[in-house]
Amino acid sequence: MDVYLPIANLSVNGLVIVGLGALTGLLSGMFGVGGGFLTTPLLIFYGVPPTVSAASAASQVTGASVSGMFAHYRRGGVDFQIGGVMVAGGIIGTGIGAGLFNLLTALGQIDTVINLLYVLLLGSIGSLMANESIQTLRAEKTGVRPAARKRRHHPLVASLPMRWRFYRSGLYISPLAPLILGILTGILTMLMGIGGGFVLVPAMLYILGMSANVVVGTSLFQILFVTMATTMMHAMTTRAVDIVLAGLLLLGSVTGAQLGAQFAQKASPVKLRLVLAVIVLLVALRMALGLGYQPDEIYTVAPL
Amino acid sequence: MRTVIALVLLLVLSGARDAILVPEVSQHEVRLRQGFTGTELLLFGAILSPEGTRAAQDYDIVVVLKGPTQAIVVREKAKVAGIWVNADSIELRSAPSYFALASTRPIDRIVDDKTAAIYELGLRWLQLSPIGAIDPEEQQRFASGLVDLNQRTGLYRQEEEGVTVSEQVLYQARIALPSRVPTGTYTAETFAITKGQVVASASSTVIVHKLGIERAIAEFADQYGFLYGLVAVALSIAMGWIAGRLFALI
Repeated sequence: MDVYLPIANLSVNGLVIVGLGALTGLLSGMFGVGGGFLTTPLLIFYGVPPTVSAASAASQVTGASVSGMFAHYRRGGVDFQIGGVMVAGGIIGTGIGAGLFNLLTALGQIDTVINLLYVLLLGSIGSLMANESIQTLRAEKTGVRPAARKRRHHPLVASLPMRWRFYRSGLYISPLAPLILGILTGILTMLMGIGGGFVLVPAMLYILGMSANVVVGTSLFQILFVTMATTMMHAMTTRAVDIVLAGLLLLGSVTGAQLGAQFAQKASPVKLRLVLAVIVLLVALRMALGLGYQPDEIYTVAPL
Repeated sequence: MRTVIALVLLLVLSGARDAILVPEVSQHEVRLRQGFTGTELLLFGAILSPEGTRAAQDYDIVVVLKGPTQAIVVREKAKVAGIWVNADSIELRSAPSYFALASTRPIDRIVDDKTAAIYELGLRWLQLSPIGAIDPEEQQRFASGLVDLNQRTGLYRQEEEGVTVSEQVLYQARIALPSRVPTGTYTAETFAITKGQVVASASSTVIVHKLGIERAIAEFADQYGFLYGLVAVALSIAMGWIAGRLFALI
């Protein structure tokens, strides 16, 4: 099934794109991550221009997070208060990200920066998650419970001024912490075309110390609004949102997200996290190899 | 007998009068729309001697299809601190977005380098107009990088035996346009060359444009970015929400 993409200016196999969306949607439903960290590189690999990939992947993540978030909302898994603070930060971050995007594009270093960010972020978070879930699995097997964590959240978070009570998350912390987290993920979303879920979820768990049962839902809530802002930002500045491409991705990903969410309820969370860690590490490894080996083609062309 | 006449005519007329070239393109309009996966243009025509006799054996035919030129920056990666990053770059004012050439024989056997450069006969001779003072060797390096890159995506092509001639009068060349072909007005040029001289040339245009819904989307995205963004966001939310409702029912 050949589909002509009017913004990307090329024709693609529609079924491949729907399949790609379904794959990332499945991840999104299962792990509460947007799946953009897989969509963007795969689209680029398929031959879609990088800017179009990043811009259209953002709207796919929107769709996947809507259906995922509703699923979590019905189970009371969304903290709108802390989510709102993070959304505010996210929108500020999107603006900063757009500025950085233009600056780096003008310097010709946008691809390198995106690749480096992928390697650093995915590599470190992937190893953290893998390490943590392996230890938990081992503890479950031996029957020895791991020592309880000494602190709820990072000491830096506790030192921030003017604390608020976030009841659902079970937190009494400064709103500045989630705001800064929101800003950072907003920048990442704009630069990398990702929802930032794989950064958000561990950060909310280990840095903010939120209750685990609201982490995924709240992260989807934040991702939803930040990717909406990103799509708008791209539509107005880079004009690279391909609505046909986004529609195809959405078709796959919204279905995948539902299936993933149902699957997640049955599977063991620790094993799920290990699987996600492995996927994240594989993507990071692929990116690192791409940076280190001489590329097939050392020339690139950009319009002036 | 016929060859004798032809030879005599050739002696009398060589270089004195122009050959008659009657070129045509199979379609003057390429529509980019759903289902477009690339197409093939047929550039064909007739070549006659000034007297109107069959003449193809005396002439070489070169056809060139060129897309609109654009200003681009070509970047070259180099290994810096263990990773490959963009290092050097060059700015070009007039790189063709598409370039295809077909000829009856290899270009270097038809014309000398000077003529080839003047008429841009071949990917080696693209007039790229670099911006600023650039050392020729460096320019050559970047130009061949650009050509190599575009040959891989099918936007630049050179087929040195791509023109076939039948009955010494009709020539034809098939030129492929990939699906990622850029929009704009293309020029199709045909050259008749003999003894290293271009003796006749003709050009026509081919318009490559989006049509129907594809065109509407591209124009909407370009002119009404804010609204387009809103539509994209609304589409994403609607699809996500509908999927959520549907699965909640199951």
